[in-house]
Amino acid sequence: MSADNAAPITLIEAITQALAYEMRADESVIVLGEDVGVNGGVFRATAGLQATFGDKRVLDTPLDETTIAGLTFGLATQGMKPVAEAQFDGFMYPMVDHIVCHAARIRYRTRGRMSCPMVLRVPWGGGIRAPEHHSEANESIFTNIPGLRVVMPSSPQRAYGLLLAAIRDPDPVIFFEPKRIYRQYKEQVPDDGEALPLDVCYVLRDGADLTLVTWGAQVKETLEAADALAKDGVSCEVIDVATLKPLDFDTIRESVAKTGRCVIVHEAAKTAGFGAEIAARLAEESMYDLVAPVERVTGYDTHIPLFRLEMKYLPSVEKIVAAAKRALAAG
Amino acid sequence: MATAATFEIEYLQYLGPDGRLVRDDLPDFATDGKTLVELFKQMLLVRSFDTKAVALQRTGKLGTYASCLGHEATHVGIGSSMQYDDVFAPSYREYGAQFMRGVKPREVLMYWGGDERGNDFSGPPHDYSWCVPIGTQNLHAAGAALAFKLRGEPRVAVCCVGDGGSSKTDTYAAMNSAGAYTLPFVQCIINNGWAISVPRSAQTGAKTLAQKGLAGGLDCVQVDGNDLIAVRAAMDHALKRARNGHGGSCIEFVTYRLSDHTTADDARRYRGEAEVKAAWEREPFTRLRTFLIGRKEWSETEEAAWKEECNRLADIEVNAYLETKVQPVEAMFDYLYAELPTEYVAQREDAISWEKRS
Repeated sequence: MSADNAAPITLIEAITQALAYEMRADESVIVLGEDVGVNGGVFRATAGLQATFGDKRVLDTPLDETTIAGLTFGLATQGMKPVAEAQFDGFMYPMVDHIVCHAARIRYRTRGRMSCPMVLRVPWGGGIRAPEHHSEANESIFTNIPGLRVVMPSSPQRAYGLLLAAIRDPDPVIFFEPKRIYRQYKEQVPDDGEALPLDVCYVLRDGADLTLVTWGAQVKETLEAADALAKDGVSCEVIDVATLKPLDFDTIRESVAKTGRCVIVHEAAKTAGFGAEIAARLAEESMYDLVAPVERVTGYDTHIPLFRLEMKYLPSVEKIVAAAKRALAAG
Repeated sequence: MATAATFEIEYLQYLGPDGRLVRDDLPDFATDGKTLVELFKQMLLVRSFDTKAVALQRTGKLGTYASCLGHEATHVGIGSSMQYDDVFAPSYREYGAQFMRGVKPREVLMYWGGDERGNDFSGPPHDYSWCVPIGTQNLHAAGAALAFKLRGEPRVAVCCVGDGGSSKTDTYAAMNSAGAYTLPFVQCIINNGWAISVPRSAQTGAKTLAQKGLAGGLDCVQVDGNDLIAVRAAMDHALKRARNGHGGSCIEFVTYRLSDHTTADDARRYRGEAEVKAAWEREPFTRLRTFLIGRKEWSETEEAAWKEECNRLADIEVNAYLETKVQPVEAMFDYLYAELPTEYVAQREDAISWEKRS
């Protein structure tokens, strides 16, 4: 289907489209996880895949995240390209041993004899009125781990292109999917098999006065904040980091060199969130370009509350606008 | 009373500690002396290597080392039963099995001597390397077995864990998956009595460790791990079963850790001399030597000559290890990703620049 007449699809449909494309293209690609088979995944990411590709390509696993991670490592080190699903962010902690001690490390510790071309897809983040442990923003746990790639798309097109790139990448990729925007809007995503690079940030909007840096579901609020600020005559550059590890800091540095002001927006708790890394890099490399202190708009250093309070925890358009105004008032 | 299911665990032993056969249905490989003599010689080679490795550590030429003293029959029996295309996932002291698969003693020394290149060993490139986190390797073997099954390959994944590691989530998970998917998988539980300072009795209330595989639907047996014939027979059975598509097995090998846990440990702090002395009465060499000499397939003279040869071979390996140059500092970057991301190039250059300054 050409770009011109592709029916618009949601982010979650773009995930499915990418999985199906790569499963057709590469026999070694298989999908595994809890409820990914007949049920098609609790979010429908694998809907129809087992019917199309059979139960040797789309495997339901026993209900154990340790099992999913360990089997995935075994498969990936023996010639398969497994795409595993962690059903929810808050359930992935038992997987950490296999990801950190093994997947991230196997190429390094064997001096390249073995490698682990796996993808772990993780429905990520809060704001969907879900039960406890279904709303975690835990990306910075993984951005600190050498040997991993950490990716988080924020649009249907980037979900498709980045997931293809993640599956094709020869190293392990943690692929966080912002579940709050799974069905936020539709856009045309040509099923052309074109992957996107795994080490660039995306400038979603050019601007001159202020740089807004964010990723995942917060791209929505950040763009809305940029709209609100534009009404006051403030020109915001908006960057979707998209590939957190390795970080394309060049794009952020060049933007801040132009604007002199930076507000970082993320959903995770503030302390040692990935925004701290970006702020530290700005302090190291962009100090003389900055005309105002770097601002961070983040989740609080609390657990994300159950859903009656969760929207008060998450960054909001108003909080982002307020931080932008503080930055604009300084210097 | 209605019964939902009943189970029993067979205990397999051919050679008693005194070298006498306790059953007369010897497996084919044990009827002619050739195979057993070769395996006995291999056990002696492992012992020679292990002794030298401990001595290297005591003289400051090796890092912390996990000795395999007392496990030789189990390790050699496992290694000798496998085919090249099978996958082996060890814990961290099954050198006897790995040597039979082509891993060189110098590579073991490199690993414990602080050099990752030991993991890039001469054994099958699909074999896993030493696995220190305890038990995780079992799930990796299950994943490997799943890959073989999905591709229809007649290969088997074999993994080893200790009595302590049999308590790990990963071990249960591996055996459960192997049962759920009917995988070509063999879980070896090498029960050497001790998990550092914690005895087998404190790990579980289960009567045997073999029965842990029952819950996963595996074929389970407990084996005298100091009886090479029993080890090999149990492995042959499990591998054949797996290769024929009949699923996984869990084999408990009962042996004894005659050494400290590692060279950083002092077992005298937590176990009595009487227990260790009794364990020496059951060790794996005497019984096989007695058996082979009794069948006139081996002699003290041959053994003395072979031990000298073992020493010579082990010395070659030790010297090769001692002569290994330290890796260049950038090695820590060069295997991190297939291609080092631009983001980390400056750190690599920084490390190199410090080398030039020193």
